[in-house]
Amino acid sequence: MEMEQATPAVPAAIDKPARKAARAKTLNQGYWKRYGVFYLMMAPALIVLIVNNYIPMAGALIAFKQMTYASPSFIQNFMDSPWVGWGNFKYLFASSDAWVITRNTMAYNAAFIVLNTVIGVAMAIGLNVLRSRAQSKLHQTILFLPYFMSWIILSYLVYAFLNPDIGILNKFILPLFGAQPVDWYSDSKWWPLILPLVNTWKGIGYYAVIFLAAIVGIDNEYYEAAHMDGATKWRQIWTITVPLIRPVIVTMTLLQIGRIFYADFGLFFQVTRNAGALYDKTLVIDTYVYQGFLVSGDIGMSSAAGLYQAVIGFILVLTANLVVRRVSKDDALF
Amino acid sequence: MATSVIRKRKFNANEISTGTNAVINTIFWIYSALCVIPLLIVVAVSLSDEKTVTIEGYNIWPKKFSLGAYDFLLNDWKPIVHSYGVSIFVTVVGTIVALSIMTLYAYPISRRDFKHRGIFSFIVFFTILFNSGLVPFYLTYKQGLHLQNTMLVLMLPMFVQGFFVILIRTFFSGSIPPALIESAKIDGAGELRTFVRIVLPLSLPVLASVGLLCTLNYWNDWFLSLLFINQDGPMSIQFRMYKTLLDIAYLSSNSQAYSAIMQANPNFRMPSETARMAMAVVGIGPIIFIYPFFQRYFIQGLTVGAVKG
Repeated sequence: MEMEQATPAVPAAIDKPARKAARAKTLNQGYWKRYGVFYLMMAPALIVLIVNNYIPMAGALIAFKQMTYASPSFIQNFMDSPWVGWGNFKYLFASSDAWVITRNTMAYNAAFIVLNTVIGVAMAIGLNVLRSRAQSKLHQTILFLPYFMSWIILSYLVYAFLNPDIGILNKFILPLFGAQPVDWYSDSKWWPLILPLVNTWKGIGYYAVIFLAAIVGIDNEYYEAAHMDGATKWRQIWTITVPLIRPVIVTMTLLQIGRIFYADFGLFFQVTRNAGALYDKTLVIDTYVYQGFLVSGDIGMSSAAGLYQAVIGFILVLTANLVVRRVSKDDALF
Repeated sequence: MATSVIRKRKFNANEISTGTNAVINTIFWIYSALCVIPLLIVVAVSLSDEKTVTIEGYNIWPKKFSLGAYDFLLNDWKPIVHSYGVSIFVTVVGTIVALSIMTLYAYPISRRDFKHRGIFSFIVFFTILFNSGLVPFYLTYKQGLHLQNTMLVLMLPMFVQGFFVILIRTFFSGSIPPALIESAKIDGAGELRTFVRIVLPLSLPVLASVGLLCTLNYWNDWFLSLLFINQDGPMSIQFRMYKTLLDIAYLSSNSQAYSAIMQANPNFRMPSETARMAMAVVGIGPIIFIYPFFQRYFIQGLTVGAVKG
C-alpha cells in the first residue's frame, strides 16, 4: 500500500488496469487454492447425477421421436430417429388407457394421503397418551416393522391371504361367514379396497413415528395450563396437539401431493402380481409405462406417458408449494 | 428426537383415565397382532406338510409339522447362498460408495462462503422435482452404458439420491458451528483436513441414519433387477424370491435340476407351496433380526428428514 502511494501519479494511471488484473489474479489464485478442493469433492456425485439423471432427462425428448433400434448405441439411435412432434401423445390420449391410468394413479394416491395422515396422526396421539411407556414403545416397534419389508415380501404375505385355492381368505375366513370363495387375482372389484389396506399396513408406521416425534416435541406446559383451566384430554388434542404439529402435517402432505402423479411401482406391480385381469382397477402410470415399454415394446407411447407424468408431476409439486406459500409461508418446502 | 420419544414421563393428573387407556391399549394390541399374523402364516406354511397344505389350505399354525420344505431348499442350496452373496455385496459396497460421494457433495453446498453453492444445490434439488421417466433411464443404462447383467447397474442408480444429499447438507449447515470451521482455517488446516478431522466426526448421527436408509434401499431393491438382470446376471435374494413366487423352478439355478430329480424318482412331488414360503422366510429372516437394533437410527433419520432445511 505504501508503495502505491509513493509512485508518481502518471505511471500509476497507466499501470492501474495491469495492477487490477494482477490483484484479481492473486484473488483468483487464493479462491482456487482455498475452494478448488470443493470441486474435486463434488466431482464423483456430479458425474453420477449427469449419467443417472441429466442424460436421461435430455433423452426424454424421445417422446417426440419415432425411435428406431438400428444401432446398439442409444445416442446413434436417437440421432437417426425422425421427429414426430406430438404424434406419440396423440396416440396415447386417443386410447382410453390415458384416462384409466391417470384416474387410478391420482385416486389411489389421494386415498393414501388421507389414510396416512388421518390414521397416522391418530396412532401417534394414541401412542403418546398411553400410560405405559414400555407398551407404547413395543407397539411402535411392531407397527413400524412392515415398513422395513420389501414389496416382494409383501406380495408373499398378501398371496398367503388371497391365494384362490388355498389362501387364508378363501379357505378360512370367508367360510366362517358362509361366503363364496373369490378369485382374487382375476376379480378386479375388490382391489380398490385391498390396495389402500396393504399400503396403509406397510407405511403407517412411518407416518405414526414422524407425527409422534413432533408431538413429543411439544412443551408439556401447554397441557398443564390447559388442564388447570379444566380442558379435557380430548379438547387438549384438538386445541394443542393438532395445531402445534400442523407444520409437520403440512410438510408430509405436501411431500405426498408432490408425488401424487407417481405411483408406488412395487405396490401396483408386485402385490397385484401384475395380473392382467385387474388392470382396469390396478394399472397406474408407472406400471403402464413399464408394461408398454418392456413387455409390449411400444417405446413411443410409453415414453410419451413417462414425459406426461414427469411434466404434470413437476407442475403439481410447484403448484402445491405455491399454494402453501400463499397460505402460510413457513410451511412451504422451498 | 428419537431418544425423547422413549423418554420416561412422570404420572400426572392430566393423563387419560384408566378406562380410556385400556381401550386404546387394546386397539394397539389388536393392530400389533395384525402386523405379525401375516408373517406367522408364512412361517407356519413353510413348516407344514405339503400334502396337508394343498388340501386344507394355509393356516396360522402347521396342522401337520414337516421340515420337508427346508429339506428341499437345502438340497439345492448353492443358488440361495449365491443370491445372498449378491445382495450382501450390492448392499455393503453400494452403501459405502453412496454415503461417501453424497457426503462429499453435501459439504461444499453447505458452506455459506462457497460462491457456487446455489447452482450446485440446484443441480441436486432439481433431480427431486423432475424425473426423466423410465424409458430414457432404461435406454441410457442399457444402450448407452451397456451395464445389463452387472452388479454395477444394481448400485449406480442409487449412488446419489437428492433427498439424502439435502438431508446431509441441512445437518452440516445447521449443526456444525461455522466458528469451528473458521478456527480450523486460522490454525492453517486446509479444507479437506477440516472436513475429515472436524466436520465428519461431528456428523456421525446423520451419516449413520442415511447409511442405514441406503442399506435398506439396497437390500430391498428388486426393481433394478427387474429392469436389467436376466437369468445370466447376478440374482439378488429379492429377485430370486420374486421369480420363485412366479415360478417355483426359480428356486434352483436351472430347471433341469428338477427334471433330473423327477427322472431319478418318478414319485417325487415337489413341495411347491411350502418351499415357496420357506424361500420367503429365508428372505425375510435377516431384516427381522437386524431391525430391532437399527430401528432407533432409522427413526432418527426419518424424523430428521421430515424437518425441512
